Amino acid sequence: MSSAADHHAEVDPAYRLAHHFESPEQQFETGKFGMWAFLVTEILFFSGLFTAYSVYRSNEADLFSYASGYLDTTLGCINTAVLILSSLTMAWAVRCAQLGQQRGLKFCLIVTLLCAGGFMGIKSVEYHHKIHNGLFPNAHFGAHEDPDGVPLHITDESGATVANPAARPAPENLRSFFGIYFCMTGLHGLHVLIGMGVIFWLYLRARRGEFGPKYFGPIDFTALYWHVVDLIWIFLFPLLYLIH
Amino acid sequence: MTDNHDHHNELAHVMPVKVLLGVFGALLVLTGATVWVATHDLGRFDLSLALIIATVKAVLVALYFMHLRYDKVFNAIVFVVGILFVILFISLAVMDTGNYQSQLLRNADHVIRYR
Repeated sequence: MSSAADHHAEVDPAYRLAHHFESPEQQFETGKFGMWAFLVTEILFFSGLFTAYSVYRSNEADLFSYASGYLDTTLGCINTAVLILSSLTMAWAVRCAQLGQQRGLKFCLIVTLLCAGGFMGIKSVEYHHKIHNGLFPNAHFGAHEDPDGVPLHITDESGATVANPAARPAPENLRSFFGIYFCMTGLHGLHVLIGMGVIFWLYLRARRGEFGPKYFGPIDFTALYWHVVDLIWIFLFPLLYLIH
Repeated sequence: MTDNHDHHNELAHVMPVKVLLGVFGALLVLTGATVWVATHDLGRFDLSLALIIATVKAVLVALYFMHLRYDKVFNAIVFVVGILFVILFISLAVMDTGNYQSQLLRNADHVIRYR
């Protein structure tokens, strides 16, 4: 019987086998299972918000239909495509690492980062428009324009502020839709930012040539996380932007 | 496939480029489909159709981008059981509000509503 230390001495250092694992396979599968378990908790975490969404939408169908009109479908659609592209490049990064393609790996990680940055950029443009229109659910909440961009209030001849008859009047619970909107997209955006940080860390490690066919666990597990971020957006997009 | 041997990894399944690009294309087409469908008023089928398309996209991502099809079955079981609990959570909450919300509103002396 050889001790664990002896056993590890025979293992190629390229596997970066930690002392508490029996074999590279066990190390890889353990990390992967850990990530899957974490992803399940992530999905359960988001499910609280999806439940809030479902309960409010089932009670206030008209409100959701009206408020969804404030969201820019074109920007949402572009963001969906950008995130799907980043998922592709992340999956490709895993392939590159598995095959030892160092240049491809670094390129895929950079493209993923750029896509993630683009997603957040578009998201901030959208947030800016909403906040500018008084749709951020704080103490000063109150829409200035209806979903078609028509001012909700106008000044009459006497100088008094009156409701604009040309605008579609805002439903009374408009604020609850935007509470849900900002919580769901905000939590998702936070996940994108965290993902960007981790992918940047992977890029720095990839530049030092730390990954290869024998050791690519961190790339693989981060990719799994990144795909879950994409999965959540796949549901958020039609549920928030595409309501009749 | 002649290059099959080179494109092999000892620790995990390597996803062929063709599959990656195919899934990417399918996801873009489905995104277009869900936007196109939303321009038509299908009444109560609006939501179900949007959710069906989103679910198909999610399954594609999970099976191919996340390697679940080639992964240990145990990981898939963990993931699917998680999803089942999410469905249970949402359905019970919606069922509950569907049954009792009107009663709650009727019984309340004053309902606090936000503008």
